[in-house]
Amino acid sequence: MVLSGAQVRDIAWLARLQIDEADIGQYAAELSRVLELIRQMNEVDTDDVIAMAHPTDAVQRLRADKVTEVDQREKLQALAPLAESGLYLVPRVIE
Amino acid sequence: MTDLHTLSIVGLAEGLRRREYSAAELTQHFMERISKSNTLLNAVITLAEEQAAATAEQADVRIAAGDAEPLTGIPLLHKDIFCTDGIRTSCGSKMLDAFIAPYDATVVARLSAAGAVMLGKTNMDEFAMGSSNEASYYGPVRNPWDIERVPGGSSGGSAAVVAARLAPAATGSDTGGSIRQPAALCGVTGLKPTYGRISRYGMVAFASSLDQAGTLSADARDAALLLNVMAGFDQRDSTSIDHPVPDYTAILDNSLDGLKIGIAEEFFDAGLDDGVASQVQAAIRQLEVLGASIKNISLPHMKVSVATYYVVASAECSSNLSRMDGVRFGYRCENPKDPGDMYARSRSKGFGAEVKRRIMIGTYVLSAGFYDAYYLKAQRVRRVIADDFKRAFDDVDLIVGPTTPETAFTLNEKASDPIRMYLSDIYTIAANLAGLPAMSIPCGFSQGLPVGLHLIGNLFDEARLLNVAHQYQRHTDWHSRVPERFLQEIP
Repeated sequence: MVLSGAQVRDIAWLARLQIDEADIGQYAAELSRVLELIRQMNEVDTDDVIAMAHPTDAVQRLRADKVTEVDQREKLQALAPLAESGLYLVPRVIE
Repeated sequence: MTDLHTLSIVGLAEGLRRREYSAAELTQHFMERISKSNTLLNAVITLAEEQAAATAEQADVRIAAGDAEPLTGIPLLHKDIFCTDGIRTSCGSKMLDAFIAPYDATVVARLSAAGAVMLGKTNMDEFAMGSSNEASYYGPVRNPWDIERVPGGSSGGSAAVVAARLAPAATGSDTGGSIRQPAALCGVTGLKPTYGRISRYGMVAFASSLDQAGTLSADARDAALLLNVMAGFDQRDSTSIDHPVPDYTAILDNSLDGLKIGIAEEFFDAGLDDGVASQVQAAIRQLEVLGASIKNISLPHMKVSVATYYVVASAECSSNLSRMDGVRFGYRCENPKDPGDMYARSRSKGFGAEVKRRIMIGTYVLSAGFYDAYYLKAQRVRRVIADDFKRAFDDVDLIVGPTTPETAFTLNEKASDPIRMYLSDIYTIAANLAGLPAMSIPCGFSQGLPVGLHLIGNLFDEARLLNVAHQYQRHTDWHSRVPERFLQEIP
């Protein structure tokens, strides 16, 4: 399993990571080695095995649809990088 | 006052009750030890001096009122993966360098309610991804036994502070060995409970189906006291398990007569260092002397646990860390052109090399068309690995082996070789995949460096693990050894 530079660029785009062109080769080599390691799990026959989603096979718990959190608007907004008049300011998305 | 740091939590609590010293004095003592050694060890990212002084004062009031619990007034540190209200939670990353959580993790809240005094936050591999603590934005932690060597990771700061007795205990988290491997490399007692035993609420998520909080302490009795407070159901963590919490100190003194210990041949393969092997064999003989019988078992699929782990953990981390986008959480780049540019540049500058590598692997294995071949396959292999343990526990009470294939390695030795680094966790990862509780306890030295004995228990059998560890520690003194330079007052 050897990843090409184009595949590395695709993965980086999907992961929303910017990778310098100069580092593509190193990423390709390192990720290929990790995928080579991962291939070891194909030695195990799992045809009749049920996938394990949780170590104790617990199921998703449900809770009543009730408000449990208290209003902490000011405390939470104080932690935002930019907030004004009760609004969170984010970079412009639409010109 | 000068040798307070050599006492266990139990010893310190006795002194507090007898008023030999106050919680404020205790806090001062350990705070000074941290300040004097942090340039050397770099084990602590953030000190919480004001908060610690205030909490210690409250603890002294409780002690004076006769209202003290076993941890009231006991100083400890939290791994910087646990959210602490008002105090930075960096997770070892530039991404969260400026992040101040507006709430306490459940682990933090429970320990605070019990009266423990938080001194600060410990250094760690970025987002808990690493086995050497070299992948921290705040620089590597050094091993108190040899400062040219790594403390292990990712809870390397927590292991180092306990090894150097800068605090009697610290919290940690363990996704593939991140408590047990550094505990082994630093010669301290590390406990990773059953998956779901301790709430993950407020513990920054790495791989949600594997992550579990736990403890690093000088001995097993202290670990039992900490677990008594930390364990239990939490409505706020959907994977927390509603299972009764026993008093973990109740059976510490039970004899090991009749205990059946499984030894897996796979633990003593070609990759195991001779010095580690001989210490572990000696520890097993000691357990036999204490009444245990040994049975050979086989865990045939353990050899694929590292491969399986790097699918499950990487996939889950790529999903969990998608929230680190410069908007919802984390560092935001300067002057973004558009949202795409902002996400990509913020994430590229905010994350370090190892985190990016894991996100890339996770993104690849989850990308369209690959789910069955990777994540689903890994979840199937995970069941096969867990079934190996299930079969083994039909015949034995616990499984014993080495925690790590070798003792602490030197800084930079493996930093440029991810695969070699990943294999440091070869003996610990399977317990995470199977969700089982496990411990590492000091069992000797090889060429002056600590060796860890790995104990793996059945689901929710933490009390037995602690019992075995405590009995071993009653008859050995490896756990009370402290590196020479940290034994006395630090100059």
